[in-house]
Amino acid sequence: MLLKIENLRVNYGNVEALHGINLEVNEGEIVTILGANGAGKSTTLNAISGLVNITGGGIFFQDKALHKLPAHEIVKLKITQSPEGRRVFTTLTVQENLMLGAFTSINSERIQKSLKWIYTLFPRLEERRRQLSGTLSGGEQQMLAIGRALMANPKILLLDEPSLGLAPILVKSIFDTVKEINRAGVTVILVEQNAKAALKLANRGYVMEVGNIVLADTAANLLQNEQVQQAYLGGGH
Amino acid sequence: MEEFFQQLTNGLAVGGIYALIALGYTMVYGVLKLINFAHGDLFTIGAYLGLTLLVSMGLFDKIGPLPAVILLAVMVMILVAIIGAILERVAYRPLRQSPRLSAVVSALGASIFFQNAIMAIYSPKFLVYPHDILPKTVINIMGLDIPVMRIIMFLTSLVLMLALYFFIQKTKIGTAIRAAAIDQGAAKLMGINVDRVIMLVFCIGPALGGAAGLMVGLYYGQINFSMGWMYGLKAFTAAILGGIGNIPGAMVGGLLLGVIEALGAAYISIAWKDAIAFCVLILILIVRPTGLLGERVAEKV
Repeated sequence: MLLKIENLRVNYGNVEALHGINLEVNEGEIVTILGANGAGKSTTLNAISGLVNITGGGIFFQDKALHKLPAHEIVKLKITQSPEGRRVFTTLTVQENLMLGAFTSINSERIQKSLKWIYTLFPRLEERRRQLSGTLSGGEQQMLAIGRALMANPKILLLDEPSLGLAPILVKSIFDTVKEINRAGVTVILVEQNAKAALKLANRGYVMEVGNIVLADTAANLLQNEQVQQAYLGGGH
Repeated sequence: MEEFFQQLTNGLAVGGIYALIALGYTMVYGVLKLINFAHGDLFTIGAYLGLTLLVSMGLFDKIGPLPAVILLAVMVMILVAIIGAILERVAYRPLRQSPRLSAVVSALGASIFFQNAIMAIYSPKFLVYPHDILPKTVINIMGLDIPVMRIIMFLTSLVLMLALYFFIQKTKIGTAIRAAAIDQGAAKLMGINVDRVIMLVFCIGPALGGAAGLMVGLYYGQINFSMGWMYGLKAFTAAILGGIGNIPGAMVGGLLLGVIEALGAAYISIAWKDAIAFCVLILILIVRPTGLLGERVAEKV
């Protein structure tokens, strides 16, 4: 097992956002976390990345307790995130954004290799590498956010709603790329509202509701699950 | 016409000082959205430390004026940088999660602390730099008699500013500083140690401010524990003029303010020098509320 979350609790002020969740990720998998707004999906990812403090339980990567490390140390363990809302550095160029993704790497040969790979995954980024990233379209910014997270050559890639606000054709292309990234050996945790597309892509899935995990199964089973169909896939069709 | 060019060179020399101090305000504002009100006092500390080192080490007699000034500047910059880092650690970091107003109050407190500490250690009187150590040479450039020191002062601030600009724009650490100024959370996701970036900003800004303090001491000759207040206010104005948070903006704003002030003093009235400077600030902010170089790019969501 690559990543294990045990009885994880997170508070925002006095409000508990995660009520003790358990989640496991095996090497090479794509695991998706589904759920409505406010279910705690992003909070889970941010707890893994060390952006929010946890109040109970733990997060373990191989043998290391991630919840005891600051965010920048977690990136050094090769766990990176493409955050919700993309959050590219708008007044920096595309290439500067990508190079920041490799901030923890010192091997310049390795960095150039990653850069080349990202430009093959997203040729659009190479065309616009000198442009300020704030001038990119939403889809291009999403590509940049994913590419930036890949620059550190991650073992685990956390993707927070990569399809948000994108046209259906772009969503498909982004999801195809996620598959390609996974085939290259990167374990992926994918948070999505677009449940159908996410379950088709993933090996396994978790469904969250108001801070709890209510379902955990293989993606194929979840696609057939009546509850999931009712809630997230628009009925039985 | 000769009067005009004389005032222009004078304004550029003073403007260089404003720009150096303004960089400290603007860099700290960039990463923390905090006005470091103690920054003017770090400038004062630079002037006092410069005087102490100069007198106690007798460098000018031992190694000659130019190496002595350079060595002095390096020592002052390092010492003031350390004080800046301590200031951040003690007065600002514990308040990082608090409302922004708390940090502002802490900044004002730090400013009062520094002023009183300088007054207690040195004295409330004006202190005088030894006045025979630097060349009083005046050179003639295209019919203008310009003191060499004025040129050296302007060139020094220019070199420091260009070095900073290169560092911020071209190096990996500089890019990390820019990233942390845009989005601290996203910067952490890149593996950037944001606390360390903030600490570094609190070293660079005060180092430049300290260098400015030393230059004022050497050029004008007399220093006082409260001198940081007016210089700080002017530099803060310069930072806003250029667009606070924007590094080239602070440089342009500083130089511009120095020139406006010098020309205003020459052609209107020296008594109205400060009022003219602030009137120009108000006029520019009416036309461009974000300052001259503020917000270069419209953010797309």
